[in-house]
Amino acid sequence: MVEFWLFVLVTAGIYTIFSLGLLIQFGIAGLPNFGTGAFMAVSSYTMAILVVQLELPMLVAAPLGIAAAVLFGLLLAIPTIRLRADYLAIATVAAGEIIRYLALNLQDLTGGAAGTINMLGPGFAADYNWEWQRFLASFQQMLSGLLSFRVSTDLAFGLIVWPVALLLVWGVWYMVRSPWGRTLRAIREDEEAATALGKNVFLYKLQAFSVGAALAGLAGLFLAWQVSMFTPDDFRPVLTFYAFVIVLLGGKTNVWAVPVGALIFTIIFAGTRFLDFWPLSLFNSGDKAFLRLILVGLALVVLIVLRPQGLLGNKKEDALEN
Amino acid sequence: MIEQLLQLIFNGLVSGSILAIGAAGASLVWGVLRIGNFAHGDYMALGAFSAFFFANVLGLPLAVATMLAMAIVAIFAIGVDQLALKPMRGRGLTSVFIVTVGISFLIRNTLFISFGAGARQYQIDQALVYVVGPLRVSPGQAITLFAMLLAIAALGWLLGRTTIGRSMRAVAENSDLAAVTGVNTDRLASITWLISGGLAGLAGVCLGLVQGTFDATMGAYTLFLIFTAVVLGGIGSAYGALGGGLVLGLTMEVSTWDGFAGGLDPRYKVVLAFCVLIGLLLFRPQGIFGKDRLL
Repeated sequence: MVEFWLFVLVTAGIYTIFSLGLLIQFGIAGLPNFGTGAFMAVSSYTMAILVVQLELPMLVAAPLGIAAAVLFGLLLAIPTIRLRADYLAIATVAAGEIIRYLALNLQDLTGGAAGTINMLGPGFAADYNWEWQRFLASFQQMLSGLLSFRVSTDLAFGLIVWPVALLLVWGVWYMVRSPWGRTLRAIREDEEAATALGKNVFLYKLQAFSVGAALAGLAGLFLAWQVSMFTPDDFRPVLTFYAFVIVLLGGKTNVWAVPVGALIFTIIFAGTRFLDFWPLSLFNSGDKAFLRLILVGLALVVLIVLRPQGLLGNKKEDALEN
Repeated sequence: MIEQLLQLIFNGLVSGSILAIGAAGASLVWGVLRIGNFAHGDYMALGAFSAFFFANVLGLPLAVATMLAMAIVAIFAIGVDQLALKPMRGRGLTSVFIVTVGISFLIRNTLFISFGAGARQYQIDQALVYVVGPLRVSPGQAITLFAMLLAIAALGWLLGRTTIGRSMRAVAENSDLAAVTGVNTDRLASITWLISGGLAGLAGVCLGLVQGTFDATMGAYTLFLIFTAVVLGGIGSAYGALGGGLVLGLTMEVSTWDGFAGGLDPRYKVVLAFCVLIGLLLFRPQGIFGKDRLL
């Protein structure tokens, strides 16, 4: 039971990272991204392919994975960022679908529907994660020695993810308050005024989108490290959906509310599986998974329609007007 | 070789007509109400499953089931508009998009709970093939082509010849000007959703027929093709979307023709559609039929 909740907390840390990415893109810069899951998939697949197929060390493969996510972001952003917000939204929806499709169909490269374990073809169990697991094991051992009790894998993982996540929260908070962040907010509110002040709107938006893509890429790596294999289905559009809920829970420009939103969301989301009173007892566990998503969908709609500034946001800036 | 090409053109027309009808409804809503409906694919899935319920569970004829399904999706679309989208008028593009994303998850997972996760199919003979000249036509394709031609004609008549259709195109062209000249925008919104929902329902049934089997994710996986067709035709133009859907369907099928240096591997048809979309966004965001204007 403790292990289960530790796993949930680790997941909350990972969700914090990609929700931060969405906060910069959507909340600060006003750029809608409906393909957060695709960016995570690009980075974790790139990493896994480089490790398994080219036998590169993780220390090289992981940054290249993030770089791939950023490059993919640029591919979508360069043609669309100059246009109305509709076009970027469409491009990101298309991106989510095309990445899932490619991961399913480029079997020799990705392992297809069976997942990364199938990357080297049937009969070989491909493993991209041994370096990370060795690192995690030594970290676990070091912690156990230091704290003089047996630190579990999930606890050790959490003690890596959460410091990274909080460091990133601080970094993003700093960026948002910097002249760079102020310019982005100005652009979001009035593009023409920002242009008139001599700001290169296109470049600023491109930077914001790339930072968001990099954060999604990093979160994708953590998701891949958390497990020993993954399939195209692990990066369903539902991850994007979670990110929107988390960002909107806290108000879309509220950086420190992101980890809080991620914790609230993952704990409630995971906790509902233990609720077993009527009418929930009418559903089997598979149907309950769908029921949870229905309720999250409903929460998202109600939240936006009735409380556009989010649960914790301030009405002046966080109300969803654009 | 030529026979293969003819067959591919035929298949392209069939799948293209589904995309055309799906995209026309989406583009109409986009043009008249400024709403990008990211649940449009799931409206199609709702149509497919409603018809499945009427035809397979209640045993009604498929034609009746399809009409009932269209009515259900249309009413559902109006209901969603009244409850969730109407309060959002004037709140900007992105927040409306996110609301529709939430609705898409509502629909998809309700379908999963109601019908299960397994693949479904209508009771038509999947193995039957009609041979028409050089073409091999499945019953699903025949029904689809007939229904789609009918729908395209009806939509063309509605948009071109009726007052409602003219008001819609006027609002899509310039909503302020249309409001000044006395178009009742509230009533128009409901009618737009009625048409868009009905067409989505029909497109969903036909997609289910042509695919053979379908599950609740069918709409989500088709959404990006629908949007590509919308962009091809120019966002907001229903006529354009009809053309865009046909062009996209034909392009995807004909690209696999052996005559093009062996043809594209059919698995990459969808990737081709993505390239078309990115290319369009780069060079012609106003669509292939669109006027040159700043976006």
